[in-house]
Amino acid sequence: MKIRRENLPMLVTAFVLVALFGVFSIFFTNFLSIRVIVNLFMNNAHVGVIAVGMTFVILSGGIDLSVGSVLAFTTIFIATLVEKHHFHPIAAMVSALLFGTIFGAGMGAMIQVYKLPPFLVTLAGMFLARGLAFVVSANELAIRHPFYETISDIAIPLGKARLGITACIFLVTLLLAAVIAHRTKFGRNVYAIGGSENSAFMMGLPVAWTKIAIYALSGFCAALGGVVFTLQTGSGNPLNGQGMELDAIAAVVIGGTLLTGGVGYMEGTLLGILIYGTILTAPNYLSGFDSSWQRIAIGALLLIFILLQRFLSRAAAQR
Amino acid sequence: MNRARLLQSRLFWPIAGLALLLLFNLIFDHSFFEVTRREGNLYGPMLTVLRLAVRVMLLSIGMTLVIATGGVDLSVGSVMAVVGALVATLSTNQHLPFPALIAVALGIALIAGSFNGALISFAGLQPIIATLIMMVLGRGVALSITGGLPVKLENSGVLEMGRGFVLGIPVPILIVALIFAATALACRKTAVGLFIEAVGDNETASRFAGVHTHGVKFSVYIFCAICAALAALVSIGDVGRVEPDRLGQMLELDAITAVVVGGTALTGGRFTLIGSLIGAVLVQTLTTTLIRRGMPSDVAPVPKALVIVIVCLLQSPKLRAQLLPKRAAA
Repeated sequence: MKIRRENLPMLVTAFVLVALFGVFSIFFTNFLSIRVIVNLFMNNAHVGVIAVGMTFVILSGGIDLSVGSVLAFTTIFIATLVEKHHFHPIAAMVSALLFGTIFGAGMGAMIQVYKLPPFLVTLAGMFLARGLAFVVSANELAIRHPFYETISDIAIPLGKARLGITACIFLVTLLLAAVIAHRTKFGRNVYAIGGSENSAFMMGLPVAWTKIAIYALSGFCAALGGVVFTLQTGSGNPLNGQGMELDAIAAVVIGGTLLTGGVGYMEGTLLGILIYGTILTAPNYLSGFDSSWQRIAIGALLLIFILLQRFLSRAAAQR
Repeated sequence: MNRARLLQSRLFWPIAGLALLLLFNLIFDHSFFEVTRREGNLYGPMLTVLRLAVRVMLLSIGMTLVIATGGVDLSVGSVMAVVGALVATLSTNQHLPFPALIAVALGIALIAGSFNGALISFAGLQPIIATLIMMVLGRGVALSITGGLPVKLENSGVLEMGRGFVLGIPVPILIVALIFAATALACRKTAVGLFIEAVGDNETASRFAGVHTHGVKFSVYIFCAICAALAALVSIGDVGRVEPDRLGQMLELDAITAVVVGGTALTGGRFTLIGSLIGAVLVQTLTTTLIRRGMPSDVAPVPKALVIVIVCLLQSPKLRAQLLPKRAAA
């Protein structure tokens, strides 16, 4: 198979992931096990789901800064509905997902109709959702509904490890998103808008609806990330998810999606999340590799990947 | 005609907003404008608002120039954290004198600013992503300097920068006034401001016209980092200690908000420094007013969001056309 230039960033990402895993498995005897890999999916499921939505936004050439706050709002919203207003958890989750979708669609509509910069609109969305989360409840609230405990325990046995429901939600979301991005009209429209919004419009593609739908999708994913987070932690907290928008953007970029839009793959985002997750698990093995070094490592990786992308796209332009 | 021009002036809306807020306070909150003298120093709610807004005001001066070139700097909060962490650590462990600490702060600003500037102007990265890298890296560096722990600041000079008074006026406010005056003079009395606007308007055209576009972009990021270093010194001087995980967190977004509220568009080009300062004061006055009227401080992001939305919509040509259809055509 011939290697296409657009695939190179993703291939490099895959190589880094394999190398990272290889080095870790050589130095730490217990690292290369099904349990560690399963945990990688379980622990990062919420960021993963958010990154899936973010991939669509970045593919279209936009950005969504509101996702971390929407996640926070969703967790406390679900917790409050279940604990204070005695909603069934399913009803609470559906309302939260609905809220996220409408919130995202609202931002998308402002971006599209009034031609405002996505950065500013989603920045306002970020402040708004964070503030609303504190309006709902200023303190952490534990969810003690029996149904919640039941579904949190659902898991697919995989040898010695169990693939929990959060990881399943992440994988299903990713799979659906990959199909939507690469196999549907909507997906092609997203790439077209990211390549050139004007050309997409001239070709008669439904630019307006697609853009609104992209932000709605990102809002939905952020709310789903919140649902996953409540399943992981069993509580809601308005302080959740601070800076998570940047983690999600970092994962998407490390996964080889260009921030300028139009180039990237959903599979790359999976690799990006796995690299991000591996760096986050490093302190369990390396003593002294604390949270400060995690950030430095993520920053350095971001720098390397972006310079590499830049170099590749320049080399292509000169050909 | 005059009315239309007034409404289109970039400074009209922020000033009107601020005036409205102050009027509201004048009517409903009599103690808001009280200024008292204690031991010759001035105190009062209005001065407290200014003091709270100082960090964002300082950041917004640098951010205005960056945004005017069509860029954005997300790293200012992290640069503040690095400066704060290192200055506090050196002041406690090595007992460095005040001038040395200032030199350290400016040195870090120079390094961080050059890193951003080089990535953006020479490597051609998007400003948002280059400064995002610096934001993540910087926070990590700040945490590793102190080992993640809070550090006490032990230097009377730096403490004075946050808490002191000169002729009855708080030092932080004097610092803002000084930096603002210097920047405004440099931008309006020399060609620097013109170069910055040219780069933000059309980089290719200004390069062909002989403007050293790379140099201009490189310098504004260094200037922005220097403003961040000053904001860090004022901030840690005021608090007297540094929490490296919290110092400056999210302040980059507040600074961007202040600049946009003040009437400088994110797309670059024309900028207004005084507008950014008014924007910073406006957001802080709104927050303080609402908190004084009983809003919990956690909910403070909501009014910020509303201000951004309103300002964005007011600047949107489409909404203007919808509101004033006839006049725009005539």
